[in-house]
Amino acid sequence: MSSTSTTDRQPTHTPAALIAFAWTLVGVPLAYGLYQTVKTATSLFTG
Amino acid sequence: MAVPSFLARERIIAKPGFNRWLIPPAALAVHLCIGQAYATSVYKAALVKHFDTSLTAIGIIFSIAIVMLGLSAAVFGTWVDRNGPRAAMFTAACFWSAGFLVGSLGISTGQLWLVYLGYGVIGGIGLGIGYISPVSTLIKWFPDRPGLATGMAIMGFGGGALIASPLSRQLMDMYDPSYNPADKTSVPVGSAVAMLFLTLGLVYLVFMLFGAFIVRVPADDWKPAGFDPSTVKQKALVTTESVSAANSIKTPQFWLLWVVLFCNVTAGIGILEQASPMIQDFFRDGTTSAVAATAAAGFVGLLSLFNMGGRFLWSTTSDYIGRKPIYMIYLGGGIVLYIILATLGSTATWIFVLTAAIIISFYGGGFSTAPAYLRDLFGTYQVGAIHGRLLTAWSAAGVAGPLIVNTVLDSRGTPGELVAGDYRPALFIMVGLLAVGFVANLLIKPVAGKWHEPKSDAVRTAERSAA
Repeated sequence: MSSTSTTDRQPTHTPAALIAFAWTLVGVPLAYGLYQTVKTATSLFTG
Repeated sequence: MAVPSFLARERIIAKPGFNRWLIPPAALAVHLCIGQAYATSVYKAALVKHFDTSLTAIGIIFSIAIVMLGLSAAVFGTWVDRNGPRAAMFTAACFWSAGFLVGSLGISTGQLWLVYLGYGVIGGIGLGIGYISPVSTLIKWFPDRPGLATGMAIMGFGGGALIASPLSRQLMDMYDPSYNPADKTSVPVGSAVAMLFLTLGLVYLVFMLFGAFIVRVPADDWKPAGFDPSTVKQKALVTTESVSAANSIKTPQFWLLWVVLFCNVTAGIGILEQASPMIQDFFRDGTTSAVAATAAAGFVGLLSLFNMGGRFLWSTTSDYIGRKPIYMIYLGGGIVLYIILATLGSTATWIFVLTAAIIISFYGGGFSTAPAYLRDLFGTYQVGAIHGRLLTAWSAAGVAGPLIVNTVLDSRGTPGELVAGDYRPALFIMVGLLAVGFVANLLIKPVAGKWHEPKSDAVRTAERSAA
Protein backbone atom coordinates (compact mmCIF):
# COMPACT_ATOMS: atom_id res chain seq x y z
CA MET A 1 0.00 0.00 0.00
CA SER A 2 2.96 2.24 0.43
CA SER A 3 3.26 2.66 -3.31
CA THR A 4 0.57 5.33 -3.38
CA SER A 5 2.01 8.67 -4.30
CA THR A 6 1.17 11.97 -2.63
CA THR A 7 -1.02 12.91 -5.60
CA ASP A 8 -3.02 9.72 -5.15
CA ARG A 9 -3.81 10.65 -1.56
CA GLN A 10 -5.45 13.97 -2.43
CA PRO A 11 -8.77 14.27 -0.55
CA THR A 12 -11.82 13.11 -2.42
CA HIS A 13 -15.55 13.46 -2.01
CA THR A 14 -17.91 10.54 -2.57
CA PRO A 15 -20.99 11.90 -4.37
CA ALA A 16 -24.15 11.32 -2.36
CA ALA A 17 -25.86 10.31 -5.62
CA LEU A 18 -23.39 7.44 -6.08
CA ILE A 19 -24.07 6.17 -2.55
CA ALA A 20 -27.83 6.47 -3.11
CA PHE A 21 -27.54 4.68 -6.47
CA ALA A 22 -25.49 1.83 -4.98
CA TRP A 23 -27.90 1.34 -2.09
CA THR A 24 -30.88 1.46 -4.46
CA LEU A 25 -29.29 -1.12 -6.74
CA VAL A 26 -29.01 -3.62 -3.90
CA GLY A 27 -32.06 -2.40 -1.99
CA VAL A 28 -34.62 -2.83 -4.76
CA PRO A 29 -33.99 -6.57 -5.39
CA LEU A 30 -33.80 -7.14 -1.64
CA ALA A 31 -37.14 -5.37 -1.13
CA TYR A 32 -38.62 -7.49 -3.96
CA GLY A 33 -37.37 -10.67 -2.30
CA LEU A 34 -38.63 -9.58 1.12
CA TYR A 35 -42.07 -8.69 -0.28
CA GLN A 36 -42.40 -12.03 -2.09
CA THR A 37 -41.26 -13.98 0.96
CA VAL A 38 -43.58 -12.13 3.35
CA LYS A 39 -46.41 -12.84 0.89
CA THR A 40 -45.53 -16.56 0.99
CA ALA A 41 -45.07 -16.56 4.76
CA THR A 42 -48.55 -15.11 5.34
CA SER A 43 -50.00 -18.37 4.00
CA LEU A 44 -48.77 -19.95 7.24
CA PHE A 45 -51.40 -17.94 9.07
CA THR A 46 -54.08 -17.95 6.37
CA GLY A 47 -53.50 -21.26 4.56
CA MET B 1 -0.33 -15.45 -8.30
CA ALA B 2 -0.22 -11.86 -9.60
CA VAL B 3 -3.37 -10.10 -10.72
CA PRO B 4 -3.84 -7.57 -13.56
CA SER B 5 -3.06 -4.04 -12.41
CA PHE B 6 -6.69 -2.85 -12.67
CA LEU B 7 -7.60 -5.39 -10.00
CA ALA B 8 -4.64 -4.75 -7.72
CA ARG B 9 -5.13 -3.69 -4.13
CA GLU B 10 -2.89 -0.64 -4.67
CA ARG B 11 -5.34 0.70 -7.27
CA ILE B 12 -8.29 0.78 -4.89
CA ILE B 13 -6.87 2.46 -1.80
CA ALA B 14 -9.45 5.08 -0.86
CA LYS B 15 -8.39 8.68 -0.78
CA PRO B 16 -9.05 10.75 2.34
CA GLY B 17 -12.70 11.79 2.50
CA PHE B 18 -14.04 8.62 0.87
CA ASN B 19 -17.42 7.68 2.30
CA ARG B 20 -17.27 4.19 3.83
CA TRP B 21 -21.03 3.69 3.35
CA LEU B 22 -20.29 2.81 -0.27
CA ILE B 23 -18.66 -0.43 0.91
CA PRO B 24 -21.71 -2.29 2.33
CA PRO B 25 -23.60 -2.11 -1.02
CA ALA B 26 -20.46 -3.39 -2.76
CA ALA B 27 -20.42 -6.35 -0.38
CA LEU B 28 -24.17 -6.85 -0.75
CA ALA B 29 -23.86 -6.85 -4.55
CA VAL B 30 -21.75 -9.99 -4.20
CA HIS B 31 -23.57 -11.72 -1.35
CA LEU B 32 -27.06 -11.13 -2.79
CA CYS B 33 -25.90 -13.02 -5.90
CA ILE B 34 -24.12 -15.94 -4.30
CA GLY B 35 -26.98 -16.37 -1.81
CA GLN B 36 -28.81 -17.99 -4.75
CA ALA B 37 -27.14 -21.20 -3.55
CA TYR B 38 -29.95 -21.55 -1.02
CA ALA B 39 -32.65 -21.33 -3.67
CA THR B 40 -31.80 -24.51 -5.59
CA SER B 41 -34.98 -26.29 -4.45
CA VAL B 42 -36.96 -24.15 -6.93
CA TYR B 43 -35.77 -26.15 -9.95
CA LYS B 44 -34.87 -29.45 -8.27
CA ALA B 45 -38.00 -31.27 -9.46
CA ALA B 46 -37.51 -29.94 -13.00
CA LEU B 47 -33.94 -31.29 -13.12
CA VAL B 48 -35.03 -34.68 -11.72
CA LYS B 49 -37.58 -34.95 -14.53
CA HIS B 50 -35.27 -33.56 -17.22
CA PHE B 51 -32.37 -35.92 -16.41
CA ASP B 52 -34.75 -38.76 -15.49
CA THR B 53 -32.79 -39.38 -12.31
CA SER B 54 -33.22 -39.39 -8.52
CA LEU B 55 -33.58 -36.47 -6.13
CA THR B 56 -30.30 -37.57 -4.53
CA ALA B 57 -28.44 -37.28 -7.85
CA ILE B 58 -29.72 -33.70 -8.24
CA GLY B 59 -29.11 -32.89 -4.58
CA ILE B 60 -25.43 -33.73 -5.14
CA ILE B 61 -25.12 -30.53 -7.26
CA PHE B 62 -25.80 -28.41 -4.16
CA SER B 63 -23.63 -30.61 -1.93
CA ILE B 64 -20.64 -30.24 -4.29
CA ALA B 65 -21.13 -26.47 -4.34
CA ILE B 66 -21.15 -26.21 -0.52
CA VAL B 67 -18.09 -28.47 -0.16
CA MET B 68 -16.27 -26.39 -2.81
CA LEU B 69 -17.34 -23.24 -0.96
CA GLY B 70 -15.52 -24.38 2.19
CA LEU B 71 -12.49 -25.71 0.34
CA SER B 72 -12.01 -22.68 -1.92
CA ALA B 73 -12.52 -20.24 0.97
CA ALA B 74 -9.84 -22.13 2.92
CA VAL B 75 -7.41 -22.49 0.00
CA PHE B 76 -7.81 -19.03 -1.55
CA GLY B 77 -8.31 -17.06 1.70
CA THR B 78 -4.69 -15.90 1.85
CA TRP B 79 -4.78 -14.96 -1.85
CA VAL B 80 -7.94 -12.91 -1.21
CA ASP B 81 -6.31 -11.08 1.71
CA ARG B 82 -3.14 -10.38 -0.29
CA ASN B 83 -4.78 -9.14 -3.49
CA GLY B 84 -7.72 -7.28 -2.01
CA PRO B 85 -11.49 -7.28 -2.50
CA ARG B 86 -11.64 -6.11 -6.13
CA ALA B 87 -9.54 -9.02 -7.40
CA ALA B 88 -11.52 -11.40 -5.20
CA MET B 89 -14.94 -10.07 -6.26
CA PHE B 90 -13.93 -10.07 -9.93
CA THR B 91 -12.69 -13.66 -9.67
CA ALA B 92 -15.79 -14.74 -7.75
CA ALA B 93 -18.02 -13.10 -10.39
CA CYS B 94 -16.22 -14.96 -13.20
CA PHE B 95 -16.43 -18.34 -11.45
CA TRP B 96 -20.01 -17.93 -10.21
CA SER B 97 -21.22 -16.78 -13.63
CA ALA B 98 -19.19 -19.42 -15.51
CA GLY B 99 -20.68 -22.05 -13.19
CA PHE B 100 -24.17 -21.09 -14.33
CA LEU B 101 -23.18 -20.97 -18.00
CA VAL B 102 -21.51 -24.40 -17.92
CA GLY B 103 -24.49 -25.70 -15.92
CA SER B 104 -26.84 -24.30 -18.55
CA LEU B 105 -24.86 -26.09 -21.26
CA GLY B 106 -25.09 -29.31 -19.26
CA ILE B 107 -28.87 -29.03 -18.95
CA SER B 108 -29.28 -28.13 -22.65
CA THR B 109 -27.20 -31.10 -23.79
CA GLY B 110 -28.56 -33.50 -21.18
CA GLN B 111 -25.18 -34.04 -19.47
CA LEU B 112 -25.57 -34.05 -15.70
CA TRP B 113 -21.81 -34.26 -15.13
CA LEU B 114 -21.50 -30.83 -16.74
CA VAL B 115 -23.94 -29.46 -14.16
CA TYR B 116 -21.84 -31.04 -11.39
CA LEU B 117 -18.73 -29.46 -12.90
CA GLY B 118 -20.39 -26.12 -13.69
CA TYR B 119 -22.66 -25.17 -10.81
CA GLY B 120 -21.03 -27.56 -8.33
CA VAL B 121 -17.27 -27.20 -8.83
CA ILE B 122 -16.78 -23.95 -10.79
CA GLY B 123 -19.71 -22.15 -9.18
CA GLY B 124 -18.71 -23.51 -5.77
CA ILE B 125 -15.27 -21.91 -6.11
CA GLY B 126 -17.01 -18.62 -6.92
CA LEU B 127 -19.18 -19.09 -3.82
CA GLY B 128 -16.18 -19.56 -1.53
CA ILE B 129 -14.14 -16.65 -2.88
CA GLY B 130 -17.23 -14.43 -3.09
CA TYR B 131 -18.31 -15.22 0.46
CA ILE B 132 -15.03 -14.11 2.04
CA SER B 133 -14.20 -11.37 -0.50
CA PRO B 134 -15.73 -8.38 1.34
CA VAL B 135 -15.38 -9.58 4.94
CA SER B 136 -11.88 -8.40 5.79
CA THR B 137 -12.46 -5.11 3.94
CA LEU B 138 -15.67 -4.43 5.87
CA ILE B 139 -13.96 -5.13 9.20
CA LYS B 140 -11.22 -2.65 8.28
CA TRP B 141 -13.73 0.03 7.22
CA PHE B 142 -15.86 -0.48 10.35
CA PRO B 143 -13.38 -1.11 13.20
CA ASP B 144 -15.92 0.54 15.52
CA ARG B 145 -18.77 -1.79 14.43
CA PRO B 146 -17.37 -5.00 12.90
CA GLY B 147 -20.45 -7.02 13.84
CA LEU B 148 -22.76 -4.55 12.09
CA ALA B 149 -20.55 -4.51 9.01
CA THR B 150 -20.19 -8.27 8.55
CA GLY B 151 -23.83 -8.71 9.57
CA MET B 152 -24.91 -6.50 6.66
CA ALA B 153 -22.91 -8.48 4.11
CA ILE B 154 -23.73 -11.94 5.37
CA MET B 155 -27.38 -10.92 5.72
CA GLY B 156 -27.12 -10.45 1.96
CA PHE B 157 -26.31 -14.13 1.56
CA GLY B 158 -29.62 -14.95 3.26
CA GLY B 159 -31.34 -12.27 1.19
CA GLY B 160 -29.98 -13.76 -2.03
CA ALA B 161 -32.19 -16.80 -1.63
CA LEU B 162 -35.24 -14.62 -0.96
CA ILE B 163 -34.65 -12.90 -4.29
CA ALA B 164 -33.62 -15.94 -6.34
CA SER B 165 -36.56 -18.16 -5.37
CA PRO B 166 -39.44 -15.98 -6.65
CA LEU B 167 -37.31 -14.57 -9.48
CA SER B 168 -36.46 -18.07 -10.72
CA ARG B 169 -40.14 -19.06 -10.69
CA GLN B 170 -41.09 -15.98 -12.67
CA LEU B 171 -38.28 -16.51 -15.20
CA MET B 172 -39.15 -20.19 -15.68
CA ASP B 173 -42.77 -19.16 -16.12
CA MET B 174 -41.59 -16.80 -18.88
CA TYR B 175 -39.42 -19.45 -20.60
CA ASP B 176 -42.03 -22.24 -20.30
CA PRO B 177 -45.61 -21.00 -20.83
CA SER B 178 -47.00 -24.37 -19.73
CA TYR B 179 -45.40 -23.99 -16.30
CA ASN B 180 -47.63 -22.56 -13.56
CA PRO B 181 -45.64 -21.39 -10.49
CA ALA B 182 -48.86 -21.18 -8.44
CA ASP B 183 -49.51 -24.90 -8.98
CA LYS B 184 -47.27 -26.98 -6.68
CA THR B 185 -47.49 -30.00 -9.03
CA SER B 186 -46.42 -28.04 -12.13
CA VAL B 187 -42.83 -28.67 -13.25
CA PRO B 188 -41.03 -26.54 -15.88
CA VAL B 189 -39.26 -28.20 -18.81
CA GLY B 190 -35.48 -28.60 -18.78
CA SER B 191 -34.91 -25.96 -21.46
CA ALA B 192 -36.59 -23.37 -19.20
CA VAL B 193 -34.11 -24.23 -16.42
CA ALA B 194 -31.23 -23.99 -18.92
CA MET B 195 -32.43 -20.52 -19.93
CA LEU B 196 -32.84 -19.61 -16.26
CA PHE B 197 -29.20 -20.60 -15.62
CA LEU B 198 -28.07 -18.57 -18.62
CA THR B 199 -30.03 -15.51 -17.45
CA LEU B 200 -28.90 -15.74 -13.83
CA GLY B 201 -25.29 -16.25 -14.92
CA LEU B 202 -25.29 -13.05 -16.95
CA VAL B 203 -27.27 -10.96 -14.45
CA TYR B 204 -25.08 -12.07 -11.55
CA LEU B 205 -21.93 -11.29 -13.55
CA VAL B 206 -23.01 -7.67 -14.09
CA PHE B 207 -24.19 -7.25 -10.50
CA MET B 208 -21.05 -8.67 -8.93
CA LEU B 209 -18.77 -6.68 -11.23
CA PHE B 210 -20.57 -3.55 -10.03
CA GLY B 211 -19.55 -4.50 -6.48
CA ALA B 212 -15.96 -5.07 -7.63
CA PHE B 213 -16.00 -1.69 -9.39
CA ILE B 214 -17.08 0.40 -6.38
CA VAL B 215 -15.21 -1.41 -3.60
CA ARG B 216 -12.25 0.33 -1.96
CA VAL B 217 -9.84 -0.51 0.83
CA PRO B 218 -8.98 2.03 3.53
CA ALA B 219 -5.48 3.48 3.70
CA ASP B 220 -3.32 1.96 6.40
CA ASP B 221 -3.56 5.06 8.58
CA TRP B 222 -7.31 5.57 8.12
CA LYS B 223 -9.73 5.39 11.00
CA PRO B 224 -13.33 6.60 11.36
CA ALA B 225 -13.82 10.12 12.69
CA GLY B 226 -13.93 10.11 16.48
CA PHE B 227 -12.81 6.47 16.73
CA ASP B 228 -10.19 5.66 19.35
CA PRO B 229 -8.64 2.20 18.77
CA SER B 230 -7.60 2.01 22.42
CA THR B 231 -11.27 1.71 23.42
CA VAL B 232 -11.49 -1.54 21.43
CA LYS B 233 -8.52 -3.04 23.24
CA GLN B 234 -10.21 -2.53 26.61
CA LYS B 235 -12.90 -5.10 25.82
CA ALA B 236 -12.41 -8.69 26.94
CA LEU B 237 -11.01 -11.12 24.33
CA VAL B 238 -10.33 -8.31 21.86
CA THR B 239 -6.78 -8.00 20.61
CA THR B 240 -4.95 -5.31 18.69
CA GLU B 241 -2.20 -7.82 17.92
CA SER B 242 -1.91 -9.71 14.64
CA VAL B 243 -1.97 -13.46 14.09
CA SER B 244 -1.25 -14.92 10.65
CA ALA B 245 -3.63 -17.39 9.00
CA ALA B 246 -0.92 -20.07 9.09
CA ASN B 247 -0.44 -19.62 12.83
CA SER B 248 -4.14 -19.24 13.61
CA ILE B 249 -4.86 -22.88 12.79
CA LYS B 250 -2.20 -23.92 15.33
CA THR B 251 -4.13 -22.24 18.15
CA PRO B 252 -6.84 -23.93 20.25
CA GLN B 253 -8.99 -20.81 19.82
CA PHE B 254 -9.38 -21.44 16.08
CA TRP B 255 -10.47 -25.05 16.57
CA LEU B 256 -12.76 -24.22 19.48
CA LEU B 257 -14.47 -21.64 17.27
CA TRP B 258 -14.56 -24.22 14.46
CA VAL B 259 -16.43 -26.58 16.83
CA VAL B 260 -18.76 -23.73 17.88
CA LEU B 261 -19.65 -22.90 14.26
CA PHE B 262 -19.95 -26.57 13.28
CA CYS B 263 -22.36 -27.32 16.16
CA ASN B 264 -24.45 -24.19 15.61
CA VAL B 265 -24.75 -24.75 11.85
CA THR B 266 -25.44 -28.49 12.16
CA ALA B 267 -28.26 -27.80 14.61
CA GLY B 268 -29.79 -25.14 12.35
CA ILE B 269 -29.53 -27.19 9.18
CA GLY B 270 -31.39 -29.98 11.00
CA ILE B 271 -34.49 -27.80 10.95
CA LEU B 272 -33.91 -25.92 7.70
CA GLU B 273 -33.52 -29.08 5.61
CA GLN B 274 -36.73 -30.61 6.91
CA ALA B 275 -38.78 -27.48 7.55
CA SER B 276 -41.71 -28.14 5.25
CA PRO B 277 -42.38 -31.85 6.04
CA MET B 278 -41.43 -31.29 9.69
CA ILE B 279 -44.24 -28.84 10.49
CA GLN B 280 -46.75 -31.11 8.77
CA ASP B 281 -45.47 -34.19 10.64
CA PHE B 282 -45.60 -32.40 14.00
CA PHE B 283 -49.33 -31.82 13.57
CA ARG B 284 -50.21 -35.07 11.83
CA ASP B 285 -53.20 -37.10 12.82
CA GLY B 286 -53.06 -40.40 10.98
CA THR B 287 -52.40 -39.72 7.32
CA THR B 288 -53.60 -36.12 7.33
CA SER B 289 -51.87 -33.08 8.79
CA ALA B 290 -53.52 -30.07 10.40
CA VAL B 291 -50.97 -27.93 8.51
CA ALA B 292 -51.68 -27.65 4.78
CA ALA B 293 -48.89 -27.76 2.16
CA THR B 294 -49.35 -24.05 1.41
CA ALA B 295 -49.03 -23.18 5.10
CA ALA B 296 -45.89 -25.36 5.28
CA ALA B 297 -44.44 -23.34 2.38
CA GLY B 298 -45.30 -20.22 4.38
CA PHE B 299 -43.35 -21.65 7.31
CA VAL B 300 -40.29 -22.11 5.07
CA GLY B 301 -40.66 -18.47 3.98
CA LEU B 302 -40.91 -17.33 7.60
CA LEU B 303 -37.74 -19.24 8.48
CA SER B 304 -35.94 -17.54 5.57
CA LEU B 305 -36.92 -14.16 6.98
CA PHE B 306 -35.66 -15.07 10.46
CA ASN B 307 -32.47 -16.55 8.96
CA MET B 308 -31.78 -13.27 7.19
CA GLY B 309 -32.92 -11.01 10.02
CA GLY B 310 -30.87 -12.96 12.58
CA ARG B 311 -27.73 -12.41 10.53
CA PHE B 312 -28.06 -8.66 10.86
CA LEU B 313 -29.72 -8.29 14.27
CA TRP B 314 -27.58 -10.68 16.33
CA SER B 315 -24.28 -9.73 14.71
CA THR B 316 -25.01 -6.05 15.36
CA THR B 317 -25.99 -6.87 18.95
CA SER B 318 -22.62 -8.61 19.41
CA ASP B 319 -20.91 -5.23 18.98
CA TYR B 320 -22.54 -4.17 22.24
CA ILE B 321 -22.54 -7.33 24.38
CA GLY B 322 -19.44 -9.06 22.98
CA ARG B 323 -18.84 -12.10 20.80
CA LYS B 324 -18.49 -14.75 23.51
CA PRO B 325 -21.75 -13.78 25.29
CA ILE B 326 -23.71 -13.73 22.01
CA TYR B 327 -22.55 -17.27 21.17
CA MET B 328 -23.59 -18.30 24.68
CA ILE B 329 -27.06 -17.02 23.75
CA TYR B 330 -27.04 -18.82 20.36
CA LEU B 331 -25.91 -22.13 21.87
CA GLY B 332 -27.44 -21.98 25.37
CA GLY B 333 -30.67 -20.47 24.07
CA GLY B 334 -30.65 -23.04 21.28
CA ILE B 335 -30.48 -25.87 23.82
CA VAL B 336 -33.54 -24.54 25.66
CA LEU B 337 -35.45 -23.93 22.43
CA TYR B 338 -34.66 -27.38 21.01
CA ILE B 339 -35.88 -29.00 24.24
CA ILE B 340 -39.10 -26.94 24.04
CA LEU B 341 -39.47 -27.93 20.39
CA ALA B 342 -38.99 -31.63 21.17
CA THR B 343 -41.29 -31.73 24.17
CA LEU B 344 -43.94 -29.03 23.60
CA GLY B 345 -43.58 -28.35 19.85
CA SER B 346 -46.55 -30.50 18.86
CA THR B 347 -48.93 -28.99 21.44
CA ALA B 348 -49.54 -25.73 19.57
CA THR B 349 -48.57 -24.41 16.14
CA TRP B 350 -47.45 -21.06 17.57
CA ILE B 351 -45.00 -22.76 19.95
CA PHE B 352 -43.53 -24.78 17.08
CA VAL B 353 -43.26 -21.81 14.73
CA LEU B 354 -41.85 -19.40 17.32
CA THR B 355 -39.17 -21.77 18.67
CA ALA B 356 -38.09 -22.88 15.17
CA ALA B 357 -37.94 -19.27 13.96
CA ILE B 358 -35.74 -18.15 16.86
CA ILE B 359 -33.46 -21.20 16.42
CA ILE B 360 -33.00 -20.26 12.75
CA SER B 361 -32.26 -16.64 13.66
CA PHE B 362 -29.47 -17.98 15.93
CA TYR B 363 -28.25 -20.13 13.03
CA GLY B 364 -27.97 -17.05 10.82
CA GLY B 365 -26.42 -15.03 13.63
CA GLY B 366 -23.75 -17.70 14.11
CA PHE B 367 -22.59 -17.20 10.52
CA SER B 368 -22.48 -13.43 10.56
CA THR B 369 -20.86 -13.01 13.98
CA ALA B 370 -18.01 -15.43 13.21
CA PRO B 371 -15.82 -12.94 11.25
CA ALA B 372 -16.07 -10.35 14.05
CA TYR B 373 -15.18 -13.04 16.61
CA LEU B 374 -12.12 -13.91 14.49
CA ARG B 375 -11.18 -10.24 14.32
CA ASP B 376 -11.38 -10.01 18.11
CA LEU B 377 -9.17 -13.07 18.60
CA PHE B 378 -6.66 -12.80 15.76
CA GLY B 379 -6.73 -9.14 14.70
CA THR B 380 -7.41 -7.77 11.22
CA TYR B 381 -4.05 -8.83 9.72
CA GLN B 382 -5.26 -11.94 7.80
CA VAL B 383 -8.81 -12.19 9.09
CA GLY B 384 -10.21 -12.98 5.62
CA ALA B 385 -7.91 -15.97 5.20
CA ILE B 386 -8.66 -17.20 8.72
CA HIS B 387 -12.39 -16.83 8.03
CA GLY B 388 -11.93 -18.89 4.88
CA ARG B 389 -10.35 -21.70 6.87
CA LEU B 390 -13.15 -21.53 9.44
CA LEU B 391 -15.79 -22.02 6.74
CA THR B 392 -14.72 -25.67 6.39
CA ALA B 393 -16.89 -26.07 9.52
CA TRP B 394 -19.87 -25.05 7.36
CA SER B 395 -19.01 -27.67 4.74
CA ALA B 396 -18.71 -30.35 7.43
CA ALA B 397 -21.99 -29.26 9.02
CA GLY B 398 -23.65 -29.27 5.60
CA VAL B 399 -22.91 -32.99 5.44
CA ALA B 400 -23.46 -33.83 9.15
CA GLY B 401 -26.77 -31.94 9.71
CA PRO B 402 -28.87 -33.62 7.02
CA LEU B 403 -27.13 -36.96 7.68
CA ILE B 404 -28.18 -36.94 11.36
CA VAL B 405 -31.79 -35.95 10.64
CA ASN B 406 -32.23 -38.26 7.65
CA THR B 407 -30.66 -41.26 9.41
CA VAL B 408 -32.93 -40.81 12.44
CA LEU B 409 -36.05 -40.31 10.33
CA ASP B 410 -35.23 -43.24 8.04
CA SER B 411 -35.01 -45.48 11.09
CA ARG B 412 -38.39 -44.28 12.42
CA GLY B 413 -40.66 -44.76 9.42
CA THR B 414 -41.52 -43.56 5.95
CA PRO B 415 -42.03 -39.94 4.87
CA GLY B 416 -45.66 -38.90 5.00
CA GLU B 417 -46.35 -41.11 8.02
CA LEU B 418 -43.90 -39.62 10.53
CA VAL B 419 -45.14 -37.83 13.65
CA ALA B 420 -43.58 -35.45 16.20
CA GLY B 421 -42.18 -38.28 18.33
CA ASP B 422 -40.13 -39.56 15.39
CA TYR B 423 -38.18 -36.28 15.33
CA ARG B 424 -37.34 -36.34 19.05
CA PRO B 425 -34.12 -38.43 18.81
CA ALA B 426 -32.76 -36.08 16.13
CA LEU B 427 -33.75 -33.01 18.15
CA PHE B 428 -32.05 -34.33 21.27
CA ILE B 429 -28.90 -35.10 19.25
CA MET B 430 -28.95 -31.41 18.28
CA VAL B 431 -29.29 -30.49 21.98
CA GLY B 432 -26.16 -32.56 22.67
CA LEU B 433 -24.30 -30.89 19.81
CA LEU B 434 -25.26 -27.44 21.03
CA ALA B 435 -24.03 -28.38 24.52
CA VAL B 436 -20.65 -29.35 23.00
CA GLY B 437 -20.56 -26.01 21.17
CA PHE B 438 -21.52 -24.15 24.36
CA VAL B 439 -18.59 -25.71 26.27
CA ALA B 440 -16.20 -25.03 23.35
CA ASN B 441 -17.24 -21.36 23.40
CA LEU B 442 -16.70 -21.16 27.17
CA LEU B 443 -13.16 -22.48 26.71
CA ILE B 444 -12.16 -19.70 24.30
CA LYS B 445 -9.50 -17.47 25.87
CA PRO B 446 -7.24 -14.78 24.34
CA VAL B 447 -4.62 -16.11 21.92
CA ALA B 448 -1.20 -16.70 23.51
CA GLY B 449 1.44 -14.07 22.79
CA LYS B 450 3.74 -16.56 21.05
CA TRP B 451 1.36 -16.59 18.05
CA HIS B 452 1.38 -12.81 17.59
CA GLU B 453 3.27 -11.42 14.62
CA PRO B 454 6.53 -9.69 15.58
CA LYS B 455 5.92 -6.06 16.43
CA SER B 456 8.26 -4.89 13.72
CA ASP B 457 5.94 -6.45 11.11
CA ALA B 458 2.66 -5.88 12.80
CA VAL B 459 3.14 -2.19 13.41
CA ARG B 460 4.84 -1.52 10.10
CA THR B 461 1.68 0.22 9.08
CA ALA B 462 1.70 2.65 11.97
CA GLU B 463 5.36 3.43 11.47
CA ARG B 464 4.78 4.18 7.79
CA SER B 465 1.94 6.52 8.51
CA ALA B 466 3.90 8.29 11.23
CA ALA B 467 6.87 8.76 8.90
